Amino acid sequence: MAETVETAEVKKAAEPLFSKRRKKIVTDPLNDDNPITIQVLGICSALAVTTQLEPTFVMAIAVTVVIVFSNLIISLMRNLIPGRIRIIVQLAVIATLVSLVDQVLKAYFFDVSKMLSVFVSLIITNCIVMGRLEAFAMGNKPYDSVLDGLGSGFGYAWIILAVAFFRELFGSGSIFGFKVFEAIGLPDFPLNGLMVSPVGAFMVLGLIIWVQRAYTGYVEK
Amino acid sequence: MQQSNGYIVGFAAAMTIVLGGLLSFAAVGLKDAQKKAVELDTRKQILGAVTDISSETPDRILEIFNTQIEGFVVNSKGEKIDGVDASKVDVGREFKKPVEERQLPVFKYTDTNGAASYILPMYGNGLWNNIWGFLALESDGNTVKGISMDHVGETPGLGARITSDEVQDRYTGKKIFEGTNLVSIQMLKGENNASLSNHQVDGMSGATLTADGVNDMLENYLSYYKAFLEKSVING
Repeated sequence: MAETVETAEVKKAAEPLFSKRRKKIVTDPLNDDNPITIQVLGICSALAVTTQLEPTFVMAIAVTVVIVFSNLIISLMRNLIPGRIRIIVQLAVIATLVSLVDQVLKAYFFDVSKMLSVFVSLIITNCIVMGRLEAFAMGNKPYDSVLDGLGSGFGYAWIILAVAFFRELFGSGSIFGFKVFEAIGLPDFPLNGLMVSPVGAFMVLGLIIWVQRAYTGYVEK
Repeated sequence: MQQSNGYIVGFAAAMTIVLGGLLSFAAVGLKDAQKKAVELDTRKQILGAVTDISSETPDRILEIFNTQIEGFVVNSKGEKIDGVDASKVDVGREFKKPVEERQLPVFKYTDTNGAASYILPMYGNGLWNNIWGFLALESDGNTVKGISMDHVGETPGLGARITSDEVQDRYTGKKIFEGTNLVSIQMLKGENNASLSNHQVDGMSGATLTADGVNDMLENYLSYYKAFLEKSVING
């Protein structure tokens, strides 16, 4: 009898795996607190890799993996990390993870690794990763940190995929390499060279931010 | 929380050892797979210059390479160098030697009908880093059968387009000789150029400097292979 009471108490005390607060950790960065459009972080890679959807897709996965695992590792060590060298500790963890991702891509996805070339190693300098470690993982439990990493990763992913979609469509006339305009019978559809250059990414990104802020009513303080 | 200096130094040292160990472990563990990937990629590029292999399995690619490719090495005077394995020649390392001393590999491809074509590896400088390629010529030693190119660090979406079929296909059918003069093939500036000659291909907008590198590479290496082509392919 006493045992059952105890377990009931434990259950009551533990927060459900997908409580409202935890759901908010994941969904917030998708829109209301998006790392790219609201926090304006990670812009450089959003410009660089988004000329085509395929490398963008791999980049999105790579960044999400790095954010989730560095968040998890830092969160596990958060009480051990000396405060005075915490930034360099975070950097070392990120750099190690990025190098691992790079090595694995080179070994098993050589074509993709060639396409992304230097941008994989540049994940190290992606401010989103470090921003999440400093702002969240240093002060929260591992599971919450993983959720936060997933949220930020997906928030980053959907924006760069959206940018890449428009850039590849209007810049190269294709989606994932599939020639769309030829397929619908418009082989002469004029392509916009501006979309292939980083300028095109700024414009698409600007339009996305405009639409999003008009919709959510977000105003910078 | 303020930790002692000893703790901080100890933490940093321990972390360095753990992370460094992890990285070297991964590097050693993945080395074989990476080497294989690079080797397969080189063979894919060599074969990609003459035939479409995009739907072949890795095993099949190695088989085609072993049965239908015959490699040998020449010098810039067109003389064969004996005792050197063509697929072991590092074109990038040869690139740094004086032209007269360079070993120039040639891969002769025989298709299933018995027609021969010649694949010539080349190397050069792109905008940011090295570029290289394999130019395949028909048995007349003049008409381009195909080209495959690759690079270390050209800009994705701009210069890196030299790896795409869409750009490489522009070379197919072009000629490198005009009469007996070697004129090479020039990639133009800008995209959608009209009325291209036999020695011109359309450019890549936003990547003119990479295109210049490609042009230089073709011109240089064709001049090195010229003696071999005249001696052994055109008149041989």
